[in-house]
Amino acid sequence: MATENKGYSWTSIVLHWLVAVMVIGLFASGFWMVDLSYYSSWYRTAPFWHKSVGVLLLALMLYRLLFRVIKGTAEPLSSHSKAIQRASHVTHLTLYGLVFLIICSGYLISTADGRPIEVFGLFNLPSAGELFAEQADRAGLVHEFAAYGLIALAVLHAAAALKHHFFDKDNTLKRMLKP
Amino acid sequence: MKKLLIAGLLTSMLAAPALQAADYEIDTQGAHAFIQFKISHLGYSWLYGRFNTFTGNFSYDAAKLTDAKIQLEIDTKSIDSNHAERDKHLRSPDFLNVDKHSKATFVSTKIVPKAGADFDVVGNFTLNGVTKEVVINATKLGEGADPWGGYRAGFAGTTSINLEDFAIKNILGPASATVHLDLTVEGIKKS
Repeated sequence: MATENKGYSWTSIVLHWLVAVMVIGLFASGFWMVDLSYYSSWYRTAPFWHKSVGVLLLALMLYRLLFRVIKGTAEPLSSHSKAIQRASHVTHLTLYGLVFLIICSGYLISTADGRPIEVFGLFNLPSAGELFAEQADRAGLVHEFAAYGLIALAVLHAAAALKHHFFDKDNTLKRMLKP
Repeated sequence: MKKLLIAGLLTSMLAAPALQAADYEIDTQGAHAFIQFKISHLGYSWLYGRFNTFTGNFSYDAAKLTDAKIQLEIDTKSIDSNHAERDKHLRSPDFLNVDKHSKATFVSTKIVPKAGADFDVVGNFTLNGVTKEVVINATKLGEGADPWGGYRAGFAGTTSINLEDFAIKNILGPASATVHLDLTVEGIKKS
């Protein structure tokens, strides 16, 4: 490779890994907490933290999106074929879309009856009211299946990064670790 | 004398329909009927809720109480405990499993008169796909012409059911094994 394409900034890298950790944590906590027994000491606290971190993730994702729109993102590696470049781009956008879809549907479950979402005990995110019938149930289904979809796609995303690193021996993974 | 006879005849003619069991449609349209429940929360307090959507009818004649009949069909999805997240849980397979059992029904089989306006309504209650006999302790509240040209009769009743009898696992603790149902139905006589 003669010329190195524009890579990721520290901001992008930190945001990427922070979001990765939060998404995995939210998925794991969500998967676990729906089956908690009523007498578990986590029955009330787990959803509280899940929702609070979810709202924090929304703020981070909005900042990330704004950053990406204003500053642009890394250029694809020129060693990648056009098909790979396109597939990566579509995957990245779908990951973004699914994260927003999951956050929005989560918000709609908890606010379906007009109650706000308490965020870290610091402030309340107000409800927009019941926007459609059977809101909590329908939003709940979207939340659940979009989360499975996101994790499946994230596994593919990680597998692709590892494939590029170990088999193609290119910079795909390394440039997401250091600018 | 003749006048009195005619008057008597007219009166009995007017009164006659009341001696036949009349059919009533429960006034869910005007929401003058309620199916509410309460269940203990941790043994410390009550949680109240209701079913917003149901239909029903009864036939009733004050002179022949034992001939009375009532049936109710409840849309289990309409459970409302004033908390969307809780209602979502109550609709799930943990409780009412509404995707599989969208209706709960009550069909009376026998009326047992008691003192005064009180009586028992024995019937089959189907919930979560399980049918059990339950007894509703009922009382007549009143009947008469309404201001809009109709005729109404109203009843109240209470009964208790055990969740586990209807294949609903009690995950709420020993104090919450029983659900207390409180029904008030007002029927409009069908013409």
